[in-house]
Amino acid sequence: MNNTKQIAELVEPFAGKPGELIQALHRVQSELGYVPLDAQEEVAEIVGVSPVQVYGVLTFYHFFRTEPCGQHVIRLCMGTACHVRGADRVLQALSDELKVGLGERSEDGMFTLEGVRCLGACGLAPVMMVDDEVYGRLDPNKARTVIREYRDNQE
Amino acid sequence: MITLEIAGRQVQAEPGQTILEAAESAGIHIPTLCNLKGLSPRGACRICLVEVTTWRGKLVPSCATSVEEGMKVVAHSARLRELRRTILELLFAERNHICAVCVSNGSCELQDLACELGMDHVRYPYRFPGLNMDASHGKYVVDHNRCVLCGRCVRACSEVEGAMTWGFSRRGVDTLVATDVGSPWVDSKTCTECGKCVEACPTGALLDKRTSVAEQEKDPEVLSQVTERRPRV
Ligand code: SF4
Ligand code: SF4
Ligand code: FES
Repeated sequence: MNNTKQIAELVEPFAGKPGELIQALHRVQSELGYVPLDAQEEVAEIVGVSPVQVYGVLTFYHFFRTEPCGQHVIRLCMGTACHVRGADRVLQALSDELKVGLGERSEDGMFTLEGVRCLGACGLAPVMMVDDEVYGRLDPNKARTVIREYRDNQE
Repeated sequence: MITLEIAGRQVQAEPGQTILEAAESAGIHIPTLCNLKGLSPRGACRICLVEVTTWRGKLVPSCATSVEEGMKVVAHSARLRELRRTILELLFAERNHICAVCVSNGSCELQDLACELGMDHVRYPYRFPGLNMDASHGKYVVDHNRCVLCGRCVRACSEVEGAMTWGFSRRGVDTLVATDVGSPWVDSKTCTECGKCVEACPTGALLDKRTSVAEQEKDPEVLSQVTERRPRV
């Protein structure tokens, strides 16, 4: 599914510049939304590093994702206030409902679940965002309801 | 020539030499783990810590610190022994080092260090992570449970063999050595099957296939034998 020609075009400005590996991966991610694992060898070849250096960088930085994003990105706050007010139980509920862990995409491709540090809405703790929408004062049930509403609207 | 003092003795060294090299050529032993002759120093394990009196007692890794004129170095003291032992205990507690069932039992640098530093027990709770092995390759195996992340395989493969197969993946406590794009070793397109990484590995993390408990012997000196025969550029 990965378009070799597209990767080659995206990485072209960094050809032969090992020092710019991160920029090259950055470009791939901003265009495709993620860095496909099967593009690693090609990126390595063009930029001029070994395959394991690409793999090392991709797995070192949480910023890089190696799977496409779901249609909706859920950002659950894992900051102090939300933690104290039960973010872990909300996380458990979301994981159960979507059958994914943090950083993963649900099998139907609809949601990606991410943990973030602080959304700046501690008064609403525990809080999550789905795309640009904020949902506060969550508990496990409320979180599940939000997910189900998105699913219902989709149908 | 530079003159410095190591362990109370006057020692001569070439500029650019490390404290460890200077000590070794004067017959002064400093314990090491991640350092290997023939490979570039990395300063990864900190077992070789020494105290530089002339730098207000600063602790530095002797394998990765250059000598300086007039430098005074403490190589052995109660404090250093305690620090080295602590580092060693943390290494043991981090993964699954069960010598009794290890291929390298009896010829393992980690085990040798435990004996040398008198580590009779570990004061930290073992983490017992459930890590994988990769036995996909026809000749070699990597068992992450015994890896101390010294990076000797990484350097042997890139600096001596030039294949650049090994590297580090992920980070922090999740760090693992990896081949190519994290794919099984047998699928590596860069590995030449030279075996240098296995020889370089100080523990039972890299082994020859078909070796059983205490059967794995290693010859890490081959790395410097290879590099010393190479013309200098
Ligand atoms: S066998 Fe040689 S080429 Fe293959 S990973 Fe080990 S050092 Fe590198
Ligand atoms: S596999 Fe061996 S040589 Fe490589 S980092 Fe682990 S312990 Fe060191
Ligand atoms: S031997 Fe010097 S830091 Fe590991």
